Amino acid sequence: MESAARTLNPSRLARVAWIPLCLLLAACHIDMYDQPRYTANQPSDFFEDGRAMRPPVPNTVPMTDEPPDSVMLTGRANGELAVELPMELTAELLERGQTRYNAYCAPCHGLAGDGNGVIAYRGGIQVPSLHNDRLRTVQVGYFFDVITNGINRMYSYANRIPPEDRWAVAAYVRALQLSQNVDANDLTAEERQQLGGQ
Amino acid sequence: MSAQIFPRNANALVWVSIIGLVLLIGGIVAALVGLYLSPWYTEVGVAKEQPVPFSHKHHVDQLKIDCRYCHATVERAAHAGFPSTDTCMSCHSQVWTNSPLLQPVRDSYQSGESVVWNRIYDLPDFVYFNHSVHVAKGIGCASCHGRIDQQHLTAKAQPLYMGWCLGCHRNPEDNVRPRDEVFNMAFDPRSLPLEQRVALVAEYQIPTDGRLTNCYVCHR
Repeated sequence: MESAARTLNPSRLARVAWIPLCLLLAACHIDMYDQPRYTANQPSDFFEDGRAMRPPVPNTVPMTDEPPDSVMLTGRANGELAVELPMELTAELLERGQTRYNAYCAPCHGLAGDGNGVIAYRGGIQVPSLHNDRLRTVQVGYFFDVITNGINRMYSYANRIPPEDRWAVAAYVRALQLSQNVDANDLTAEERQQLGGQ
Repeated sequence: MSAQIFPRNANALVWVSIIGLVLLIGGIVAALVGLYLSPWYTEVGVAKEQPVPFSHKHHVDQLKIDCRYCHATVERAAHAGFPSTDTCMSCHSQVWTNSPLLQPVRDSYQSGESVVWNRIYDLPDFVYFNHSVHVAKGIGCASCHGRIDQQHLTAKAQPLYMGWCLGCHRNPEDNVRPRDEVFNMAFDPRSLPLEQRVALVAEYQIPTDGRLTNCYVCHR
C-alpha cells in the first residue's frame, strides 16, 4: 500500500512527466522516412549531373541469356536484317505484340497501321502507312531495327520496349499488314459472309 | 469553525472546469486528427507546381495515349518509370514545337540536364512498393491513382496511409479487375459481381491466407 501511495504522489508524477514529452519529440525525426539511400529518379549532390540514376557506361552489355550480337538483340544475322523471328510465332506473341503496338505505335501509326494515329492526325504529321509494297516485302528484322534505332522523325523506342516485345510488335505488324491485304479468294465462304461479300 | 474559504459557486466552477478540460482535450485531438486527414497535410487533390504544366487529361483522355507509353517500366519494375526528356520529345520534336510551355523540355533535350519535376507520390523509404506485381495481379492504375485521366494538373488521389493499403491487402476482391482492364481508367471493378472478383483473386493467385498483411510484405 505504501508503494502505491508513493507512485501516485503528484510531485513524483510531475518529475517523470517529461518522459512522454521526450518520446513525442523523438518521434519527429524523419531519417527513417528519408533514408540515406537513393531511389529511382532521385536527385543527387554526389554526381556531377545531379542524378542518382546512372547511365550505363559506353559499350555496356545487357545481362541476358542472349549474346549481345544475337538476332534477338540486334535484329540482324551476319549483318543482314533477319528474315525470320528469333522465337516461335504463337498466338500469345501476337497478342503481346498487339498490346505493345497499341500502346507505343498506334499514337502515330494508327490502330490499323494506316498512318493516321491521333498524334499524326492532330499534329498534322505525315506518317507512312504500314500497308505499302515496300513495307510488305521488307524483312521482319526491319521493323525490329526501326523500333530499336528509330528512323527519319521517329525516335528510338529501345529504352521503352524490351527486345522480346519489339519482335512481338514486328510479328503483329505482319498480322496487321495481312489483315489489310488478303485476297478474297483465300477466305472461307463463312469469312466472306462476315465481310458482307459473296 | 473557520470561515468558508470557497464561495458557494465554486462547486459549479469545478464542474465547468472539468467538463471544459475534457472538451478542450477532445477538441485538440479532433483538430489534430482533422489536420492529419486534411489535404493541407495529405496533399490529396492539391496540384504541385511543375516546370511544365503537364495534363494527363489531355494526353490520356483526349489523345488516348496508353499509360505505358510514358510509364514504360510499370509492368516489369518496382518503379513505374518516369518519362525521360527523350520520351516527351518523341512526340514534341514534331508537335507543339514552338510552345513556350515546353521550353524547359527542349532546353533539357539540348543541354542533357534533367527537367526537375516535383514528386507527387512520395512513399516513406521504409515502404517497399512494387508497381509490377500490382499490375500483374489485376490492380488497375485508377485503384490508387484515381481518375488521373481527368486531371489537368497532377495531384495525389490517396493519402497513402497504411490503413488504406491494408484495406485492399485484406480484401483484394474489392479492387481486383481483369488484367486487360488494368490500364482502362474508366473501368470500375465493382461493376463486376463479387463472385467474379473472388474468382479473379483465385485465378491470379492473390494470397488470401493473411500473408498479404504480414509486416514484411511492405516493410523489409
